[in-house]
Amino acid sequence: MPEGSAAQKDDGVITCNACPVLCRIREARTGACDRYGNVEGVLTRMDPFIVTQKVAEKDGDLVSFEGREWDGSLVQGAPIFVTGIGSGTTYPDYKPAPFIVASEHNDVDMVTVVSEGVFSYCGVKVKIDTDRHVGPETAAIRVKGEQVGHVTTAEYGSQMLSIGGVNHLTGGSKKEGNVTCQTMLSLCNGEALEMSIDGGSEMVIQAGQPPIINGHQEERMRVGCGSATLGIFAPQWHGHADEVIVVDDHITGVLTEHQAGRFLDMPSAGIRVRGRKSTPGRYFQVAEPGLGWGGTDITEPLSIIDKIDPKSAWPGLRLLMVSTTGEDSGYFVLNDDLKPEPADIPDPLQVVVDRIGENCEPALSTVVFMAGAGGSLRAGVTINPVRLTRSIKRSLTRVTCGGAPVYIWPGGGITLMVDVTTMPGDSFGYVPTPALVAPIEFTMPREEYEALGGYTDPIKRIEDLVETNRLEVRAWHADAPWPGAPLGGGPA
Amino acid sequence: MPDLQQHDNGAISTLLPDGRRWHFQHGPIDLVLRADGSPSDCEAAYAAGWERFPHVLPELVGELPLLHAPLSGKDADPDGPVARAMAEACGRHLPAFVTPMAAVAGAVADEILIAMTSAVTLDRAFVNNGGDIALWLAAGQSLSAGIVMDQDNPALDAFAEIDAASPVRGVATSGWKGRSHSLGIADSVTVLARTAAAADVAATLIANQVNVDDPAVTRQPAHTLDVDSDLGDRLVTAEVGPLSAASVQAALSQGRKVAESMLAQGLIEGALLSLKGETWAVGAAGMQSKLAAE
Repeated sequence: MPEGSAAQKDDGVITCNACPVLCRIREARTGACDRYGNVEGVLTRMDPFIVTQKVAEKDGDLVSFEGREWDGSLVQGAPIFVTGIGSGTTYPDYKPAPFIVASEHNDVDMVTVVSEGVFSYCGVKVKIDTDRHVGPETAAIRVKGEQVGHVTTAEYGSQMLSIGGVNHLTGGSKKEGNVTCQTMLSLCNGEALEMSIDGGSEMVIQAGQPPIINGHQEERMRVGCGSATLGIFAPQWHGHADEVIVVDDHITGVLTEHQAGRFLDMPSAGIRVRGRKSTPGRYFQVAEPGLGWGGTDITEPLSIIDKIDPKSAWPGLRLLMVSTTGEDSGYFVLNDDLKPEPADIPDPLQVVVDRIGENCEPALSTVVFMAGAGGSLRAGVTINPVRLTRSIKRSLTRVTCGGAPVYIWPGGGITLMVDVTTMPGDSFGYVPTPALVAPIEFTMPREEYEALGGYTDPIKRIEDLVETNRLEVRAWHADAPWPGAPLGGGPA
Repeated sequence: MPDLQQHDNGAISTLLPDGRRWHFQHGPIDLVLRADGSPSDCEAAYAAGWERFPHVLPELVGELPLLHAPLSGKDADPDGPVARAMAEACGRHLPAFVTPMAAVAGAVADEILIAMTSAVTLDRAFVNNGGDIALWLAAGQSLSAGIVMDQDNPALDAFAEIDAASPVRGVATSGWKGRSHSLGIADSVTVLARTAAAADVAATLIANQVNVDDPAVTRQPAHTLDVDSDLGDRLVTAEVGPLSAASVQAALSQGRKVAESMLAQGLIEGALLSLKGETWAVGAAGMQSKLAAE
């Protein structure tokens, strides 16, 4: 049985053993299920697979053809890259990958090994641009009541989540595994997903879209921490306010105590805030984390003022309080008893408050798929898998997922990360193991492929491959490097 | 029931994205199931359907040679309940040439519906096996089934309104463009009958008769397309070119004759025959063609 799963007879009929029906299939026909067919004597999964084509100009606009927009048909002459999406997989892996494709790039003969990886070891890292407190570090993230991951570190203006991983996929209950698999599948395919964090928020996360936290859609990232905000805007406030307090859950800044205010020779205003002093003018923990000003739980800004020192403060002192996104602000003037009274904010200060907002980037959720391709998947590429790993580490072999660029972790194995929004839509699938299925392509000069022990017999010319009708053509993501080009190669 | 389950033999159940219907798949069998009723009853019905489902394909495969053999009237009874229902539904059409496989899709739909509705009392339920549909209706309930007459130009061409008072519990559609090959040239024949198995075999046999001798029709021996076809070297339709109005009338008349005979014998409750945009109804209480209405 040359294909292991299909027996061929002299008349070109093959017997499919994908299921007990054992259909006998003539060439160019499909079995009773329409899922498997006989393609040139080879049992083949019949779902369309996806190629991308460089039909975009440099600025990302689609080339128009005879005055019409590109209709998704194959464009003569434009370079083609065959992605692993829908290519299927071979099992066991020691058989050559489903497609091994020869192409040319600037007169260099290239080979791309195209497959769909079944990733039992995989996870999703989510970065949520928010300073709101979504939940304590290591808190469980739940979908449909099952733990699918946990909260990890807070980063600059954002919160990281870890979702999936082998311990949730196959280490827990069957239900936990299935819900985890579906959660990752939804996030990777760009769908919106509801999740809840133990002791924290309910969130709706979608790759490339603003996060929705407890029903509130996040609009913008903070411009910086409270101290950084003073560092940026202090000279613009100078002369219009006698004290500025930038409220922030991480570091709340007090201008006249801060280096930024000292540098401008501002006199101490004597307004002391709560919390723990870090360095002059920088305070930790002025309030509890929450959904109020600057990621704290406060909605009443004056509540963070501990006391006002009569030795330094004076009647008529002008105080601006503002959050690190400019979304919340308040202006006060001290009365004769040195009590802050709300007042109309002067225009020059309002301009700078607005400028804080203008300098905040849009808040997004970003989803990065992370998986280990170091296992037997490599055996579909070469009979000597470690040489593939080495070729990748030496930057001779380019790894892509659906044609999208990936980051390969240093160290052992092939552990990759890819931004799912750079991949074609609906790139991901699953198997009931449960595990995620993702496209993966290895591209290298033909010489290199031969040197690392690749399968040269099944190599097909890309021109022959595109003659079959199972292609779906997608426009190439114009910002990404062309996946069919050779890499420079690095130190051995 | 978990959103996704796989039996050791490869049968898979998945909750569809609408969160209400289930997809059961095993080899060539693709079912879409839906139950309406209390949440706990629906859950129990799906679970009962899934309990039965993984056994259906192995049972059929175990006696495939018998199921592929033309019926003669003196045949051995198959062992499996689905296989017996197939042989029984098809045997009613003797002496026509027919093998029990002509009712396989409908009989599988009936079997899973029986498993679901034996477990609990629902308001409504249906099992759709690639267009061959078994349904269950509590008193006072009804179901509207959309009918696509030409799969190359899919549109909701007609619909069948089936209510609990009518005896119809099966709907099936057959045509030469479908999954299995046809001796006839009908774009589609949709049949309403008392079970999905009865509708399935009747739709196949009526579609075989919607036929005319015309050079625009290309035919090929069945076994050149499908090695294991029950139709052997009989000529099946491979392509239908433009037909004259007279040819369309002649072909539909042939089909109507056999459909009317089945109606008279109580084998079907109604049929809708479609060819090149022409649609003829037989019996068909409750079946309405939008085309006819326009």
